[in-house]
Parts: sequence; structure tokens; C-alpha cells
Amino acid sequence: MKKILIACVLLCVTVAACKGESGSRGKVLSGGANGGPAYGDTLVEGTIGEPSILIPMLAGDSASHSVAGMIFNGLVKYDTDLSVIGDLAESWDISKDGLVITFHLRKGVKWTDGVEFTSDDVMFGFNTIRDEKTPTAYKEDFLQVKKAEAPDRYTFKVTYDKPFAPALTSWGNLIILPKHLLAGKDITKTDFGRNPVGLGPYKLRKWTPGQDLVLDSNRDYFEGRPYIDRYVYRIIPDAATMFLELQAGGVDMMGLTPVQYTKQTDTEFFRRNFQKFRYPVFSYTHMAFNLKHPLFKDKRVRQAIAYAIDKSEIVDVVLFGLGSPATGPYVPNTWPYNPNVKKYPFDPEKAKQLLKEAGWADTDGDGILDKDGRPFRFTILTNMGNSLRMNTATIIQWRLAKIGIKVDIKALEWSTFVNEFIDKRRFEAVILGWSIGLDPDQYDIWHSSKTKEKEFNFVGYSNPEVDRLLEEGRRTFDIEKRKKAYFRIQEILAEDLPYIFLYVPDATPIVSARFKGIKPSPIGISYNLPKWYVPESLQKNRMEE
Amino acid sequence: MLQYLLKRLAEMIPTLIGITLISFTIIHLAPGKPTDILTDFNPKITPEARERLEKYYGLDKPLIVQYGLWLKRIVKLDFGESFSTDRRPVLDKIWDRKQPLVDRRLFVTFMINVISMVVILLISIPIGITSATHRNSLYDKVMTTTVFVGFAMPSFWFALLLMLLFGISLGWLPISGLKSMNYSSLSAPGQALDRISHLVLPVFIASFGSLAGNSRYMRSSMLEVIRQDYITVARAKGLPEKVVVYRHALRNALLPLITLVGLSIPGLIGGSVILESIFGIPGMGQLLFMSVMTRDYPMIMCILTIGAVLTLVGNLLADIGYMIVDPRIRTHS
Repeated sequence: MKKILIACVLLCVTVAACKGESGSRGKVLSGGANGGPAYGDTLVEGTIGEPSILIPMLAGDSASHSVAGMIFNGLVKYDTDLSVIGDLAESWDISKDGLVITFHLRKGVKWTDGVEFTSDDVMFGFNTIRDEKTPTAYKEDFLQVKKAEAPDRYTFKVTYDKPFAPALTSWGNLIILPKHLLAGKDITKTDFGRNPVGLGPYKLRKWTPGQDLVLDSNRDYFEGRPYIDRYVYRIIPDAATMFLELQAGGVDMMGLTPVQYTKQTDTEFFRRNFQKFRYPVFSYTHMAFNLKHPLFKDKRVRQAIAYAIDKSEIVDVVLFGLGSPATGPYVPNTWPYNPNVKKYPFDPEKAKQLLKEAGWADTDGDGILDKDGRPFRFTILTNMGNSLRMNTATIIQWRLAKIGIKVDIKALEWSTFVNEFIDKRRFEAVILGWSIGLDPDQYDIWHSSKTKEKEFNFVGYSNPEVDRLLEEGRRTFDIEKRKKAYFRIQEILAEDLPYIFLYVPDATPIVSARFKGIKPSPIGISYNLPKWYVPESLQKNRMEE
Repeated sequence: MLQYLLKRLAEMIPTLIGITLISFTIIHLAPGKPTDILTDFNPKITPEARERLEKYYGLDKPLIVQYGLWLKRIVKLDFGESFSTDRRPVLDKIWDRKQPLVDRRLFVTFMINVISMVVILLISIPIGITSATHRNSLYDKVMTTTVFVGFAMPSFWFALLLMLLFGISLGWLPISGLKSMNYSSLSAPGQALDRISHLVLPVFIASFGSLAGNSRYMRSSMLEVIRQDYITVARAKGLPEKVVVYRHALRNALLPLITLVGLSIPGLIGGSVILESIFGIPGMGQLLFMSVMTRDYPMIMCILTIGAVLTLVGNLLADIGYMIVDPRIRTHS
């Protein structure tokens, strides 16, 4: 299968190369019949945030990564079924002991300034991200590498101390930089971050700060010239304004809020002119308990709270149904996801029963449970400005009041929340979310060694079996063995409940109906953006040369 | 006079240092660091990596040392580099020489504020005068109600209504941004027209809310003047009412406005976050807001310092303006 794929890709490259030689004169209708794929038109995507820098390893915000993803490629990437496939690497071999990965690079790929991409560029990017002086948050995966070699122009070989399963996918990070332009320079001081040269499907034409980034298609892209000639990333900080621009035609593509998706776009106008998509985001929202707190030490109490909360009610009310109840830290329908774990259907009676077993009863008749003279009362903290989390907290507060638990809610500004409360472990329960990588390794979140200040097992979870399984899961490349480990971890987490996993929200993008060729998949819609097209008869924005 | 000016200027220096010291301390006391955006809830970061980042930004030094270093650079008018990941000089961010003048942040905000201020003065002064001369008439009441409706209406909501009406239902005006997508293909007059049409709604919203304050000031100041003896004298001389109001009364009634205009000088570079966000205008308000949220200390300090200087200068200018137009104050000092 893999071979076929590579063959196809090679064919594309050849075709593209031929076209390049014959001189690309504006539009070439490749589909023949009217309505088939055609070159041309502009796609305008609306965004709330402005990218800050287009060197992926230096960027911290999603807007930067989103645009840089159009300009740069990694060695490998995820396929639509979450398996790993080649990107700039044509293929790779992993040694039997799992310690050495050898990448065979694609030949004939060119940076947009015409210089050929080689293993030197991979080595350069690798050395740059490992450099002491590079202020990056992504170097840890690369510090695991014991030795990196580039035996020839098209081979790149890395050796690890220990087998490290996330290693392969870490090479999907966009760390490759053009050595011929950046060697010997301090990348934080160059103009490259605002004027990058890449090798991806699009190249930056113009960046007007605060307004837009205009990208032109890379006609020599190694997977074939993208159909859409121009991609504009338009910055509109207000979601309501962006929605009006969408209606006025100033924006072709944006993410919708739940209300916009279910109500405001439910009109004839939108059905005729737009296409909506919906797929689970790689993240989940949870309520985490401080396991060191006396209230939550008892597993039965945590389970009781889980029974008292109706997750589908939260999804229906808070997300207008645009999400699914979560049962663990993975997204449903992905390979690490275990559907058969202990679930907690909404059952207030069972909740009361469990609390009674744990010694909680309403002895003074004030409607609040108590034990040893102390009422069952705690505060849920969350960050300010996230109405979804506030609404979730309010529903939980109401549900828990019904079984005799008094909940207060406090929303804090993000930095204060993290530095003063999470880091110092001054909380009882919090509502937060995790974005999850496509690799299932969650060592940093659940391993008992990761409970120090600023580390991510902030709830203080400790389970020797989970520790062992986490270790096992990241030390093998065998997907079946990994699957087994992560399935078991989910079973244990569902029993122990350090978090109550609440919901996985859906992404709800909308795109103008004139764009064709969009194929929704578990990793979203924009993975095949270079293959989107507008049939010639529907093209709206002409190129200005 | 010159001596007075020199004294005032000399006084500004310690005041300015005091303002920056307090600002610097307060923004550093707020929880959080510029490195948080990279490190918070990022499982791939180790304590060593965090330390490296903090050292890189110079955050490992004591606060007072950091302030000293900052002050040393400011004396040379070097505001430093932004702590956001782009690491650009902060002055470039507010005044980007690579962009055309009309796209530079400081200019955008300044232009919108100046236009709004002119519009506000042009409308609120006549409203104030006529309301005073027709005190308690139906006209006065209608005007008062109108300007207060403008004052009370949430601007973001009103802006959305206008966008819906003019941008979508009627299609007369663009909704947001500073220029259209096809801007570069337009002729020069077309480009100017395009820019102007993008400014209509923001300027209207920015002005409408401020009419109340200014017109009420004007009205009460006019009422006060109209009661004065010399106005009675003018009327007794048999001068027409128009001359009494517009020549004799108006001049003195305008005096308080000098203070008002002088004090709004620092506001000319401080954009409104709400207005800029809703209309997608890349101005100073958004920049300051984003810098505060990401704890971009050099950027915040730069904007605060410019604001402080302009406030002090605005005060001074208002005082000088008074001295020029009001002989009573001139003789006192």
C-alpha cells in the first residue's frame, strides 16, 4: 500500500515538474469538463488571532502554526486514519531494537528560492532546535536523540538511547529550515520569521500586520501545484464581525460557534451558499480533583460526583449538542480510544448511596451533606473568558446541589489561575481542557513522577500500574502492544477518576460552497487544502499579477 | 513666561520617572510571565527549558536591576525588543517603516481619533450652544435624549447593528478592516475612497458615544456665560441676539473646552480595544491589550511611557492655551 502511495506521489511530482518547464501561463483547466478541478481563485480564511512569527519552532500560538503549516513540511505526517506516512521523507526504516530511525528523503524537492532540499537542511533544523540559544518550547523530543547523521544528501539517520515511540512522529514537527539562507545566523534576529522561504504548498507574498497575510500557491510544490492560487489569512479579532463578513463575502472560511452552527446558519441563504463540517477536536474538557485534598481522597466520593453529573446534558446545553461525552483522555474513534471502560450514567440515587458509604450524610438538616461536623462544600476554579467552561461549571453546581453538595464557582484570569492556584496546588477542583497530540503518549500528565510545581500531573495522581503501562507504551513501536497498554490505562483511569472526563467538543468550520474537493476526516478538513478547487464557472476572485 | 515653561518642563522629568517606576513594578507584580505562552500546560517543557527561557528574556534578575537596565536604554530612546515570539523592536510594531504610512498602527489610531475628535467638536459645540440658548425647549430635550442614548448604548452592540444594516442589508459600506481585498488593483482616487468608506462606521461609533459629554459641557458653560453682566450689557446696547451669542458669549464659553481638548491628547494614541476589535482595525488599543495578556513587558512599557509623556505634554499645552486666550490667567502668573 505504502509503495503505491509513493508511486502516485512521484507521478505527481513528475507531472508538476513538466508543467513547470513548459511555463505556467495562468489558468490551465486540468479537469476538462466545466465543474472539474481548475486552477485559480482565492480562499480567504478568517482568524481571530494574528500569527506572531512564521518559524514554527519559535511560535507559541496556533495562528502562527496554522500559517507556517502551509509554508513548511515535516519529514512525516499523519494520514487521515492517524497512521504515519511520509512527507519530506519518502520512507524510513526502524532498526529491530527500535533505537535507530533512518529516513530516506524525497529527491528533487526545492525550496521556493530554487535551491534543492537535502539532508543538510534537516540536520540544520535539528541542530537549531537543540541549540541552547534557541528559545523554543519544543526541543525536548529532540534532546532524546543520542546521535544524528546525514550519510548522504538524501538520508538522515537518528539514534536514540532508549526506544521512544513518540520519536517517529516527533519528526513530523516543522523543524526543517533552509540551511543555505540561515546558516551562521541567529534565527531570532533575522527577518526570516516574517519573510520565510519554505517548500510547502503555499509561499508568503505579503504580510500586513493586523490585517492579513497573503500567500501564493507554490507552483513547484512536490505534491503538485495547488489548485487555489491564493490563500489569504484575514485577521478579524471579533467573532461576530467575522460572521457578518462571511455573509457579506469578505471571508470564505471560518470556525463557527455552537450557536452560529445550529441556529444562525440554519437558513436558506447559508444552505445554498455554504457547506458546514463537523468533526471531534483533539481535545477534551474535564473536571480535575486535587487528590491530596481530604474531600477527594476517597475514590467513592469522586465516583459519586461522576454519577451525579449528566454529561450528555452538558453537551446538549453548553455545546448545543456539538460534541460527545468523554470517557477518558482520548478522542472517540481513534486507535488508542477504548470504548469499553466503566461509564458513569447519570444516576443521582447511586451517587447518594456512594456518598453515604463514604460517611457523608445530612445530619443537621440544612440540605448540605456533612461528615465530622464539616459540610461538603468546595470551589470549582476555571479560567476567565471561556464561557463554555463557566456554563459547564454552573450545570455541575446545580446538579451537585441536588445531592447535597454545595459548590462555589470562581473564574480567574489565566496567568493568575495557573501561577497562583494550579502551580501552588491551591485548588479543590478545576475545570480545564487538554489538547491531545495525535500520539497517545500521556506520560507527563499521569505519571507519578510528574507532580512537582509546574509539572502537569497537578492533581497528584499516583498509580503504580499506570506508571508501568505509561513507560511500556512509550518504549515500543508495536502498535498492538501500545494499544493494549493505553486501553488498560483508560480502564484504570475510569475506575480511579482523577478527572471526570466531561466532553470532547466538535470543530465546526464553514466553507463557501464554491470550494470543491473537501474531504472531511478525523484530522479535520484542511489537510488536503492544496487539492481543493473552484470550478472555473464559479471562480470569484481573479488574480492580480 | 519662559521661566514658567522651563520650570514646568523640569518638573516633568521626576514625574515621568515616578510614573514609569510605578508602572514597571505593577506590571511585573501581576502574576504570570511572558514565557507562559510557551510553557503553560505544555507537557513537552522541562524545568531546565523554562529556566533557559526566563534567562533568555532577562527575567532571572531582580526587579530593580531590570528596571535600571530598562531606564538606561530608554534614555537613549531605545525601547527594546518585544517579548512576544516575533522579537521585533517595539517601536517597529507601533510604527512599522516597511508598511505604508496609512497602515502603521500609531497612525491608524491617531487618524481615527483625530477625525472623531473633529467630528465630535463640530457636532457637540453647536448642539451645546443651541441647547443653552433654547434651554428647556422641546429641541433641548430631544437633543439631550439623543446624545444620552448615544452615550448609554453599548458601542459593540450598536456597531453590529450598523454593520448589519449598512454592510449586509444595504451593502453600502464595508464591514471591517482598513481596506478591501482588491485594494491594490484600484486607482489612486479609488484607493482613497476605499479607505474612507472603511472609516465611516468606526468614526461614527467613536463619535456618537462622546457627543453627550462634550455637548453637556458646552451647554453648561454657555449657560454660565449667558448669565454674566456683560452679556446683559450687550443685549441692552441693542445688539442682535446672534451677535450676542456667537461673538460675545461663545468666546468665553469655549474656554473650558481647552482643558478638555488638552486632556484628550494622550487619548489620541490610545485606541479603544472594543472599537478596534469589532471593526478589525489594527490600532494601538489592540496592541496594548494583547501585550498585557501575554505580559510583553517592553511593549507595555513603551506604550505606557508614550502615554505618560503625552499626558504631561497635554496638560502643559492646556495651561499654555489658557494663558494665551484668557488674560485673567496670564496676569495672575
